[in-house]
Amino acid sequence: MKPPPVVYHGPDTVDEAVRLLAEHGGHAKVLAGGQSLVPMLNMRLTAPARLIDVNRLDELAYVRTDLEGVRVGALARHADVERATHAFEAVPLLRQAVQTVAHPTIRNRGTTVGSLVHADPCAEMPAVLLLLDGEVLLRSDRAGERVVKAADFFVGPMESACEEDELAIEAYFPKPRGRTGTDWRELSRRNGDYAMCGVGTSVRVDDTGAVTCAKAAYIGMGPVPSVVDVTGADFSGADFCAAAEHAADQLDPEDDIHASAEYRRHLARVLTARSLKAAYEAVAP
Amino acid sequence: MNDKLVGQPLVRKEDPRLLRGDGRYLDDLGRGALAAAFVRSPVAHARIAGIDVDEALDVEGLVAIYTHEDLPGRIAEPLPLLIPHPALTHPRTPYCLANGEVNHVGEAVVMVVATDRYVAEDVAERIRVTYEDLPPVVGIDQARAGERLVHQDAPGNVAAHSVQTNGKGDAHDAIASAPHRLALDLHIERSASMPMEGKGVLAHWDPDDRTLRVHSSTQTSTSVRLAVAAKLELPPDRVEVITPDVGGGFGVKIVHPWPEEILVPWAAMTLGQDVKWVEDRREHFTSSAHERAQRQHVEVGFDAAGRLLGLSVEIWHDNGAYVPYGIIVPIVTSTQLLGPYKVGAYRVEFTSLYTNTVIVTPYRGAGRPQGVFAMERTMDAIAEYLGTDRLAVREANLIQPEEMPYDQGLVFQDGRPLIYDSGDYPTMLRMIRDLVGWDGFEAERAAAAAEGRRIGIGIGAYVEGTGMGPYEGAHVKVETTGEVVVSTGLTTQGQGHYTSLAQIAADVLGVGVGDVTVITGDTRRFKYAVGTFASRAIVTSGNAVAIAAGKVAQKAKRIAAAALGDGISPEDLELVDGRVRRRADPATAIDLRTVAVLSNPLRYAFDEETKAATQFAAATGTGDEPGLEATGYYMPERSTFAAGAHGVVVETDPETADIRILRYCVVHDCGVVVNPRIVEGQVHGGVAQGIGGALYERIVYDDAGQLVNASYMDFLIPFATEVPHIQTAHMVTASGLNPLGLKGAGEAGVIPTSAAVASAIEDAEGLAVRRMPISPSELYELRKAQQARKEQVSA
Repeated sequence: MKPPPVVYHGPDTVDEAVRLLAEHGGHAKVLAGGQSLVPMLNMRLTAPARLIDVNRLDELAYVRTDLEGVRVGALARHADVERATHAFEAVPLLRQAVQTVAHPTIRNRGTTVGSLVHADPCAEMPAVLLLLDGEVLLRSDRAGERVVKAADFFVGPMESACEEDELAIEAYFPKPRGRTGTDWRELSRRNGDYAMCGVGTSVRVDDTGAVTCAKAAYIGMGPVPSVVDVTGADFSGADFCAAAEHAADQLDPEDDIHASAEYRRHLARVLTARSLKAAYEAVAP
Repeated sequence: MNDKLVGQPLVRKEDPRLLRGDGRYLDDLGRGALAAAFVRSPVAHARIAGIDVDEALDVEGLVAIYTHEDLPGRIAEPLPLLIPHPALTHPRTPYCLANGEVNHVGEAVVMVVATDRYVAEDVAERIRVTYEDLPPVVGIDQARAGERLVHQDAPGNVAAHSVQTNGKGDAHDAIASAPHRLALDLHIERSASMPMEGKGVLAHWDPDDRTLRVHSSTQTSTSVRLAVAAKLELPPDRVEVITPDVGGGFGVKIVHPWPEEILVPWAAMTLGQDVKWVEDRREHFTSSAHERAQRQHVEVGFDAAGRLLGLSVEIWHDNGAYVPYGIIVPIVTSTQLLGPYKVGAYRVEFTSLYTNTVIVTPYRGAGRPQGVFAMERTMDAIAEYLGTDRLAVREANLIQPEEMPYDQGLVFQDGRPLIYDSGDYPTMLRMIRDLVGWDGFEAERAAAAAEGRRIGIGIGAYVEGTGMGPYEGAHVKVETTGEVVVSTGLTTQGQGHYTSLAQIAADVLGVGVGDVTVITGDTRRFKYAVGTFASRAIVTSGNAVAIAAGKVAQKAKRIAAAALGDGISPEDLELVDGRVRRRADPATAIDLRTVAVLSNPLRYAFDEETKAATQFAAATGTGDEPGLEATGYYMPERSTFAAGAHGVVVETDPETADIRILRYCVVHDCGVVVNPRIVEGQVHGGVAQGIGGALYERIVYDDAGQLVNASYMDFLIPFATEVPHIQTAHMVTASGLNPLGLKGAGEAGVIPTSAAVASAIEDAEGLAVRRMPISPSELYELRKAQQARKEQVSA
């Protein structure tokens, strides 16, 4: 478990990093937190000719909150997102979800933007971006800057819309509108493992408590993170089972050694009902 | 008098060094050594049609590539069968490098030596091996079917077949004529030791004095030495084996010689350079050893009180591709299955089967968790059938203290009779009943149910043969500085021997624990030993240390008496606080270190102290050999039997089927306890591994024989977050078999855990658990199956 030979680049500026990507794009990988990439290198599951280490790009190590939402720079660690109280106050779902990303030592090193680009269908932050209708800012020598909506960003398992010559600069998590409650919960085999099923929900209510928008996002339930809009479901029951049932029917999970597909779908029903209830109760009058 | 140190919960002397990162593990050694890596089989069963190294030859830093054809003499022969047994009719052991055929994914085919491990892996990646696939045999069902064969000359894939009876009548007759009968089919899945540090070997050949020095992360340096000497055809005295700090063994490192333990020293001799191999995690998964996998069919006959009248157990044991360690695991299952119970007429039959998977050798518990699972599932099934309390059924079958020693009528894994030497099982069950809160549990269950929660309670009891022979030894020496050096041939891999063995020696020699240095696993210091496994170290080495230290104490008294003169005889003296003193007059004394000086009559003085030992000084000889030192051995006549019971409360989520342990209690009897803190730590570690085996850890092979979860991401070892607080209570029934009254404690914690957790889940859910480990997904399936049965009945 030693990596094959690789040429290492450690650019000091974003411009330099983007230039290196323009030059080596198809044969290079960007190294940020390295929590997925380094094990893959060691197991020789990937063998890029070059590594472009962005850990010196301090200008991207930020979590900023404004009236619109939270902007997370490419070098912000999961732990930075988790600890930023201003981000939690604006977008509570960020902390709710990031707390369940692996273990503290991994969160201290792994980056949120890196996780988005890696696009693991079992990872939490892609689903959060999707549920919040967020965006990712990309930059390349070729196309300059472009913004990709979450809905267009996760194109397949371990595949994002970030092109080979592009550097992900920032993720934007918009603040939910109006009276919106959110919740994140998952069930994993061990604390910190990839979830057998993970659910994030967002429920907006009006002043009477009627649900005006309800969505559920899922991880571990298909090749890409998915969001189901359950606004139209029957919310008359206090247990949210009808909405959960409706959402789970849209999912197509697979068997693996940790859980059967049928069990995963069952979990989706149970966790969705619990999650919708918690999200609703957080804002209900 | 000193307070006795044996029995005190001293903190472990070794911990500050290990916790500060000052440990010296295999990979910390051998800077500058060449590195070895292996091309391992990617397929489960195949003939090797060709090996093409052309693409690899121009990698810079390549030193050597070896295949089976390159191996000379006895190195080219199969590895030894370590423990032959008459029932093992078709033993097959692997070659160091595959000889034309591979029998499991991970089997070593080509050895690469290069300037470092990175280069070695670059080379290995470029070597092309052509395999002609053979049909793989995966799992017990396929092995039993016998349509495909792992070894063409082992019909039915049977390595061994054994039947034992306990001489108390025909079990089938007893079952047939019993008032009540039950049958159970049980299944335990494959798991593995998984020490944090894998295996590793470093070899240095000295061409001038023709001596080979091997460092290996092993549980037996002395046996590795003899095995290496035999394979390399060297006189044993030309081979030194040293075990540095070891990051866990749990059984997998008692197997020897591993192919690498032969190949790395041979390469070092051949190349005239130091060579090192450090196993990586993926290699450990696919080329070390696994355990546990068994299927069992139990038939039992019993009376209205739940007393067993006859018990028949059939076991199918998956031994993997080869049996270098023999059939110890199924023998242990067959015999230790009986636990603290009298079972009437007993018949046990096992078939040990080849499969195209990694070899199966003892992993902590070594077949006992499977046996206890069978027995305790049976007890619970009887209680369920009779509608009686599960503890009451167990109590009805217990061996009583006055029946000790109790002969179970079987032959144990050491070839000696299975005779329990001592134990008080009724007290043990009473203690676990109180500790886990058995009697108040219905109220607890009702309170939980009122909150919509589902909880259950379970229990599991075991008896464990420990401290088996043939022997261990120790050398004890008092230095002229006063330091006591205890050398044992044992290795140590976390059991706290530097502290517990020091406590024993210190008591005998009247010194402090801080004055005693324990040396382990270095054949330069002590050549004769068996190894650290099977909960035997403290029993065998502990008693050997006491015997050797006792000889030193006697010698010290003789020399001190001569030095003190005045008509004092050795019998008048005692060793206290680092001095040898007169019992009747403690002021008449001589320092133990001075006695050490006097023990070596000198012609020449080197300093003020040694003057006293020179020929014109006053010292009088005693006729003893020089040196305040002695060697002692302890050779047990048979194993001594520890016991324990675990009680556990679990909560199962009615919706998600998630399983959580709320309470875990252990009653543990390992005879006289040398260090309660260390024993408790051993129990905790064992329980943690037991919980792994009950709820998390399984080695998964697919139909093609690929190990699909060969990483710590998918082989789920419990984290601290999955291991509950463990409440422990000790009881002491001393062993009469050894001078110190000790029994072993190393494996205890892991043995009844799967049984107890299964019992608790059954109790919470009201359904039968017949297979472990169990995941939430599987509990969900069990619920569904039971629901379907209920609906069928009501329809």
